[in-house]
Amino acid sequence: MAETKLVAVDVQNLLEEATKLKSGGYRLVQMCSTRVKDGNELTYSFGKGYDLLHLRFTVGDSTQVESISHIFPPAYFYENEIHDLFGVPIEFMTVDFKGNLYRTAEKTPFKGGDSQ
Amino acid sequence: MSTRSVVPFGPHHPVLPEPLHLDLVLEDEKVVEAIPSIGFVHRGLEKLVEKKDFNEFVYVAERICGICSFMHGMSYCEAVEHIMGVEIPPRAKYLRTIWCEMSRIHSHLLWLGLLADAFGFESLFMQSWRMREKILDMFETSTGGRVIFSVNKIGGQRKDMDNSMIRSFLDIFAGMEKDLKELTGTFLNDGAVRSRLDGVGVLTEQQARDFGAVGPFLRASGVQYDMRTTGYAAYGDIDLEPITSNIGDSYARTVVRVKEIFQSIDIIRQAAAKIPEGDFAVPVKGFPKGEYMMRVEQPRGEACYYVKANGTKFLDRFRVRTPTFANIPPMLETLKGSQLADVPILILTIDPCISCTER
Repeated sequence: MAETKLVAVDVQNLLEEATKLKSGGYRLVQMCSTRVKDGNELTYSFGKGYDLLHLRFTVGDSTQVESISHIFPPAYFYENEIHDLFGVPIEFMTVDFKGNLYRTAEKTPFKGGDSQ
Repeated sequence: MSTRSVVPFGPHHPVLPEPLHLDLVLEDEKVVEAIPSIGFVHRGLEKLVEKKDFNEFVYVAERICGICSFMHGMSYCEAVEHIMGVEIPPRAKYLRTIWCEMSRIHSHLLWLGLLADAFGFESLFMQSWRMREKILDMFETSTGGRVIFSVNKIGGQRKDMDNSMIRSFLDIFAGMEKDLKELTGTFLNDGAVRSRLDGVGVLTEQQARDFGAVGPFLRASGVQYDMRTTGYAAYGDIDLEPITSNIGDSYARTVVRVKEIFQSIDIIRQAAAKIPEGDFAVPVKGFPKGEYMMRVEQPRGEACYYVKANGTKFLDRFRVRTPTFANIPPMLETLKGSQLADVPILILTIDPCISCTER
């Protein structure tokens, strides 16, 4: 049976934690954002075998988040999505679409309403 | 000295029914880099979860894609059921397993047809889709729908399959197996087919892990990883081993999918032999509160469904990480060094679903 673990981290320690997971043999499974009051709750999920480990941190609307795409190469795709839909500013992505990964009618459409 | 040029590929292309654009950087006919562009038809379905009752949202979830519609609906239900602590009846678990495997056969046959069409083998395309039609007929008989089925609900299933219907399906599968062996024999042994697949777009095991490949694309590079072995629905009672290949090229991806068709028929037979009598749904009261990430093995690979609920009838967040989204970065790796003429085949070998990706 697969196990799931949730670990709260500070945004400042994100790269360090991601590097530890990479050297521990983890792969990137997914990254997602959830809108919370005045910010976003980011969940980065990593897998080893069938087990799952989530890194969780919350950032304010203008907080810069450093990309982990130089540690986990496919991360740039998820980071561009989070940037385009939620407006989370992510710096140093290995491929930066500059807000053009999704051609949405309005900019950052998922940023609009805070959670109910 | 070779000259570099950039060739725009897509978003509309004869072999791709859905919009995906690639800027291909070429040195003569060789691809040295590929830059993807998606998001032409992004629908924002995930956002609807904030305005739809969590029970009604099943109908939205299953409309993410027309091929995996059953699994999208089922996985959303399983995530909410997990949050609410709902234990569905054993019969419902088996029904889900049977419909999941019918979806896999249907998806893989559709893919085989598209592959044959891409390299111009039209009769092979027609034979693949002729057989796929039988699966759609079985879906219509058992659910009433051929694309959207609406048989999942939180707490179980909306419809049952009686045992005589299941037996009649087993007879159809027995008849199909002979035709399938003949059809897949052509895919695996025909010289013209192999000349387009052998050694094309190799993804090593290390690349597959590093770039996050999933599904048959991952397993064709030698990684034994299949979410069904974690035992969701009734898979815990089913004997199955992930199908892998160590070659990592387009041919290996075809082999894996062909074998998975036969494996799915075997799983349906096992499920039919073990399905218990009884209820196929339980009543569910209250509202979900909490969060859960459900992972399942769709035909195209591992899919993640994240649900966050706040105790009201509206959810805070529903997020789907589809297999195609995960497979695009490793696909770009396989394009590097390939010939321009192989690009359409290579894109197809990840079995891309842009509808899922543009959820």
